[in-house]
Amino acid sequence: MAEILLRPKGSIAIMVEAEVISPNIFAGKNKEEIEGLVVWQGPVQLPLAEFFDVDAKGAGSPEETSIIIKGDVSRVKRIGQGMKAGRIEIQGSAGMHLGAEMAGGSIWVRGDAGSWAGREMKGGLLHIAGSTGDHVGSAYRGSWRGMTGGTIQIDGNARSQLGGGLVGGQIVVAGNVENFCGIRQSGGLILVRGSAVRGTGAEMNGGTIAVCGAIKQFTPGFVETGREENPTLGDVQLEGWFAKFTGDYALGKNPKGSLYCREG
Amino acid sequence: MASKNIVCPVCGASCDDIQVELSGERISVKNACKMGNAKFQEIVSSHRIRQPLLREKGAAAVRPAQWEEAIDRTAEILAAAKRPLIFMGSETSCEAMEVGLHLAEYLGAAIDSNSTVCHGPTAMGIQEAGRVGATAGQSKSRADLTVYWGTNPLESMPRHMSRYAVYPRGYWTRRGRFDRTVITVDPRKSITAENSDLHIQLRPNTDYELLSALLTLLHGKRPHHSVEEVTGVSISQMEEMLELMKGCKFGSIYVGLGIVSSYGKHRNAEAAFNLVKELNAHTKFVIGALRGHCNVAGFNQVASYLYGFPFGLDFSRGYPRYNPGEYTAVDLLRERDVDAALIVSADLVSHFPAACAEYLSEIPVACIDIAPCPTTMISDVVLPGVIDAMECDGTFYRLDDVPIYFQPFTKSSFSDTESNADTME
Ligand code: SF4
Repeated sequence: MAEILLRPKGSIAIMVEAEVISPNIFAGKNKEEIEGLVVWQGPVQLPLAEFFDVDAKGAGSPEETSIIIKGDVSRVKRIGQGMKAGRIEIQGSAGMHLGAEMAGGSIWVRGDAGSWAGREMKGGLLHIAGSTGDHVGSAYRGSWRGMTGGTIQIDGNARSQLGGGLVGGQIVVAGNVENFCGIRQSGGLILVRGSAVRGTGAEMNGGTIAVCGAIKQFTPGFVETGREENPTLGDVQLEGWFAKFTGDYALGKNPKGSLYCREG
Repeated sequence: MASKNIVCPVCGASCDDIQVELSGERISVKNACKMGNAKFQEIVSSHRIRQPLLREKGAAAVRPAQWEEAIDRTAEILAAAKRPLIFMGSETSCEAMEVGLHLAEYLGAAIDSNSTVCHGPTAMGIQEAGRVGATAGQSKSRADLTVYWGTNPLESMPRHMSRYAVYPRGYWTRRGRFDRTVITVDPRKSITAENSDLHIQLRPNTDYELLSALLTLLHGKRPHHSVEEVTGVSISQMEEMLELMKGCKFGSIYVGLGIVSSYGKHRNAEAAFNLVKELNAHTKFVIGALRGHCNVAGFNQVASYLYGFPFGLDFSRGYPRYNPGEYTAVDLLRERDVDAALIVSADLVSHFPAACAEYLSEIPVACIDIAPCPTTMISDVVLPGVIDAMECDGTFYRLDDVPIYFQPFTKSSFSDTESNADTME
């Protein structure tokens, strides 16, 4: 087992990009080697130790590596990007692109996460105890393929374009979402326990979205196909009566997206 | 002496038929609209900044300075910064923009232009959906249906209707206005709407729903009934609009900021481009943006052909990266993620959100501008601007992305610089 503690050294002015903070990169390295890993601040490359006090105990494979960040890293981007195994715990809030393209392992954020968390994620678990910015679990600019596997769990709210281009995997939001949740979705499941503003399932062609609260501006290209009581979606069992819609007919003549909305 | 065929350096119409006569302290202008005329009057304005200004460290006021001194200080500001922001305004030439882009690459800086708070989402929509476009001339000759969506050209681009889109007689539109149908989609009863054959008065911030409902109708399904209440437009009115669109010989949609800077942003633009794409299964249809400034399209073009992305570029890793919301000027300033700025031909302090303006006043700023404005007031160095298309030659991209080469009718007001491109170099 390896446990690496990172303690932020104080407030950060220009944001730092630190994709090196990943169990796959930390595994097999001692304290000094970790301190010397390169992060970017604007165009300048600096050692990780410039921003963090590092404490390393034990050694092990990426699977056996835990990284614990003791404090706020909301000005540090790309933590856990591309990680394949191991565990990251952040005892504060995290910056943009947290766990982007991650393929395995788990990240637990006790605070909030910035935009693009879990972008194009392939596997693993991303658990955000607070709220998130935009584009969580979505495709990057210029792509229509977002998250393909794994689970994102958000205990607070998520803003706009949640799960944009979702292909597979599951996103569960305990709170509310804003606009264009599941835009261009072609597979996978998004469950919103709260409400949504507009554009839910817009340009959707496959997969499933369920919204338990109200939708303020309903996406016009969805056609009602029936009602279901206590539907089971993936491994989630919902309670109550839901209206079931197919869409988005704005995208084409034969779309296969399913949208469940709680009645009443 | 009178000069003919001068290009107007104001709005995206880039009218190239202006006649001017400059004699001493007077300038008379023919063919330009009110907006254009006002800008031509700037050249002899008593407000012009005629000399570089510089603020000593810690001093409250700026003092007049020599060109060399002011340029050295600008270089110092940029070199001392960890991560500078360069902002290329849209009323300067492509040539100046090119220098700015290379400078940003050299410094590892972020660089942006006005489209970031303007038609940036249109560019993003094009990236998502692709665009069927046409030059202004093609629409003039062929279009028998003109749709103004979220724009009021009679006030924002006064000569658009008369020069390009509605009134001029084209080869296949010999009777001008009589050969064209005009639809305006706007929440307000604008004067453009009053001069249209059909006004679709939707509720603000419901463009996406309206476009989506039109696409749904096009795919043979009836949109969800809630769309009538959401948009304030009945489904029968939508059907009427769609019939006009499908039935025309050549349709041309002009989108304004009502589409791309209302809620939904690039998603609205994307939906509009998709609608046009699919209308081409029924007839010929094109779409373009009514650009606000004479060369706001230029930055998109130059940045795209040099570095692959239309605005909001970040060079901090040595190669260009693009992610609106992360590397765009408003976001960088709001998040306090840059520590110096060079602002060329743009008044960010007036036009950006208050938090951004406030942060700009805290960091070192150098600017190039022709007249005093809030941005020059917070700057540590002010370099006098040369007025493109009046005092130097260069290139603008017109609203339809056609490059327009312009020639000056007089010389630069300054012996130390010939143009903004020259100052930047
Ligand atoms: S329409 Fe635009 S380019 Fe033409 S004269 Fe008026 S301001 Fe100048």
